[in-house]
Amino acid sequence: MKYLCLVYVEEKTLHAMPQQERIALSDESMAYCDELQKQGQLLAASPLHPVETATTVRVREGRTSTTDGPFAETKEQLGGYLLLDVRDLNDAVRIASRFPAAQYGSIEVRPLKENGCA
Amino acid sequence: MQVREAKTDDAMKARTMTEDATNQMRETVERIYRSESRQVLATLIRLLGDFEVAEEASHDAFAAAVEQWGRDGIPANPRAWLVSTGRFKAIDGMRRRARHDASLDELAKQLESATASIETEPQEDEPVEDDRLRLIFTCCHPALAPEAQVAMTLREVCGLTTEEIARAFLTKPATIAQRIVRAKAKIRDARIPYEVPAEKDLPDRLDAVLRVVYLVFNEGYSASTGSALTRHDLSGEAVRLGRLLAALLPDPEAMGLLALMLLQDSRRAARTSPTGELILLEDQDRSLWNQEQIAEGITLVQGVLSHGQVGPYSIQAAIAAAHAQAQTAAATDWNQIVGLYNLLLQAEPSPVIELNWAVAVAMRDGPSAGLNLVDAILKRGDLDTYHLAHAARADFCRRLGRTKEARASYQRALSLTRQEPERRFLELRLRELQD
Repeated sequence: MKYLCLVYVEEKTLHAMPQQERIALSDESMAYCDELQKQGQLLAASPLHPVETATTVRVREGRTSTTDGPFAETKEQLGGYLLLDVRDLNDAVRIASRFPAAQYGSIEVRPLKENGCA
Repeated sequence: MQVREAKTDDAMKARTMTEDATNQMRETVERIYRSESRQVLATLIRLLGDFEVAEEASHDAFAAAVEQWGRDGIPANPRAWLVSTGRFKAIDGMRRRARHDASLDELAKQLESATASIETEPQEDEPVEDDRLRLIFTCCHPALAPEAQVAMTLREVCGLTTEEIARAFLTKPATIAQRIVRAKAKIRDARIPYEVPAEKDLPDRLDAVLRVVYLVFNEGYSASTGSALTRHDLSGEAVRLGRLLAALLPDPEAMGLLALMLLQDSRRAARTSPTGELILLEDQDRSLWNQEQIAEGITLVQGVLSHGQVGPYSIQAAIAAAHAQAQTAAATDWNQIVGLYNLLLQAEPSPVIELNWAVAVAMRDGPSAGLNLVDAILKRGDLDTYHLAHAARADFCRRLGRTKEARASYQRALSLTRQEPERRFLELRLRELQD
């Protein structure tokens, strides 16, 4: 089964980190992803640029509107994602709990609907 | 087209062959995963001392198998290979992570020396079987909530996925996932030992295990909500678990429970109509009973009874066997069944068993004897909210021609049951009484 892990972190916390620590976190995350990919459990993963780079698109009555940033002010922001292909939800949860960012922020694990598009 | 080209292109031919070989190897590993993954996990938990580390190690080992077996061939003892590879991968992973966390390095060293002996130890079946028992006893540890015991047993021992368990229990996967995560945290934090209990604790702990197995069975057997197909699997899993237990731990009650499940399951095809209506034992088409399961169940019961040690599951199995042996409902040996219920009441006094005993007495001595007994039970208030007590009372009154009372009791039973086929059955009886 496929699961999307949405990694939420407080950007403020990340910015406040000493650079060395931030680099270590990033290295550790990449090493973990490599490991998962080799085992065939990871289909895709990436960190995201900060939320201020976001553009939100809406189409209403045929008119497209775009706005800057996300709609709501939240404490934690979407900072990256992992797309897993694993046996079941508990395997996905186990993998998410080992992802380094889980120690700073939170990871939302969502099963993908089967027979969806793409 | 591609094939023809491949003929002239050795490189492509080689690649196609490698792909075929990899796919074939994946299938082989898949097959070995189905038969060995639970045993491998059970042993890795013992060696690594942690469920999650072991799960990860087991996954690593199977992933490595696809690659390495394709190159080097399948090892003589795949299970030993998987255990040893899993252990190595776990220690290796800890080392790599130790760059960020120095305490892991120490842990890795400890693990390596503590488990080094498995490399040289002959891989015999016996210790592996012990590991499966350890896993069962840990999953059914009384410190875990009962629903967590069930979820852990089904996932870790039987290999069901979180989603399959959720479907079977009509809950959300997220709920089951949390139960499992919490149970594992509890096992770790409370340092629940990974072991088969000592002899003095064994009877109590085995009781807990058997209770979980029977709970799983009944969930599949008596459940009436949800698709019959998905729920059926639970009874099948329970029977498989029962077989495993009876094989690993030839305890009379483990045999008794297996017999009981087989004998109850033998009536599966006869107990509901094609439209899903409930059919009572006395009205069932006995030619639909599964004779193979009956024969196996009876052999098991006889084996247990001949040893003289009879516990509640064995007695219930003996009752089920008495029913199974009757060619027709009228040929049922109610005298023997009443006697077995008496035994059961002594072994495990409970109002529900008393109710069953009352029903058996009614079959032997007539409905008015049964009515007196059921009224006495109801008067004590024990089973006032148990729908089957009122349904039994209603049935006795109906047979005695006390229609008004029968109707009132059917109505009370109806207000207490949530199972759809039971509701329909009671509604049918009520309609019959109105005509």
